[in-house]
Amino acid sequence: MGIWLIILYIFLGIGVFFNCLGSVGLLRFPDVYTRLHAATKATTFGSIFTSLAVIAYSFSRWNACGDSKFRVLALHTIVALVCLVITNPTGAHAIARAAHRSGIMPKQAVIDELKEAKLK
Amino acid sequence: MIDFIVTFFLSILTYLILTASQGKIWGLWSVFEIITGIILSLIVAFIANKVLFQKRTYRMLNPLRWVIFLIYLIGPFFWAMAKANIDVAYRVITGKINPGIVKISPGLKTDLGITLLADSITLTPGTLSVDIDEKNNDLYIHWINVTTLKPTTHHICSNFPQWIRRIAE
Repeated sequence: MGIWLIILYIFLGIGVFFNCLGSVGLLRFPDVYTRLHAATKATTFGSIFTSLAVIAYSFSRWNACGDSKFRVLALHTIVALVCLVITNPTGAHAIARAAHRSGIMPKQAVIDELKEAKLK
Repeated sequence: MIDFIVTFFLSILTYLILTASQGKIWGLWSVFEIITGIILSLIVAFIANKVLFQKRTYRMLNPLRWVIFLIYLIGPFFWAMAKANIDVAYRVITGKINPGIVKISPGLKTDLGITLLADSITLTPGTLSVDIDEKNNDLYIHWINVTTLKPTTHHICSNFPQWIRRIAE
């Protein structure tokens, strides 16, 4: 029980720290692409750790009282984790591509090969 | 036929994971749930058996590829993701950025391979995939800290293309 709780708090701490950094980056960066950097990487990593904390919690409760609903909680959190890791970068890519196609250029850019390539 | 069997097993696996609770079979499912699941999966496999293998290639049925995929996820990918987050933390706090969009040619041929590589690039240090040239599978990458104007694949994503070639091609 004790060791699971310590793991849980460590995971929760890491997850909340990185999610918080993602939000600060969203406010601080200048344009849509750099904001997406903060919004995808930091929040994916943070959410992975908060989900791992939920899994650690369900294992600790399962060890303590053996109720099968905590096993179900762990299983469903793993499913959510897989979906999160697949969909988060895909969504970021879709936003970035749509932004570039609708004419929003990256600010302070030193090079923009996509503009030169003119894909359609 | 093999499309039908694989779709059936995937859908019944998803059904079993989502319905696991209490019951007689291994303490997780009741008999009624299992029977309902088999009937529903048969219907799903009958309707949707053309979705998974649209190009009639069955490479991904090899279990060794999935083992390599798991090793890749837990090992190099997770490590790169941790580094990416330290990197983003550094840039959020100091505000030092030097962005630009660059082009790389990873030389992957299949759709699955290029999708995996683009998703991996988005979650690894300082890079975000923006667009693809579908003729020769070149990727356009938004790079938050441009160090060279003509980067090689190794600058952007170290040895990910080799891993992905082993997994998906």
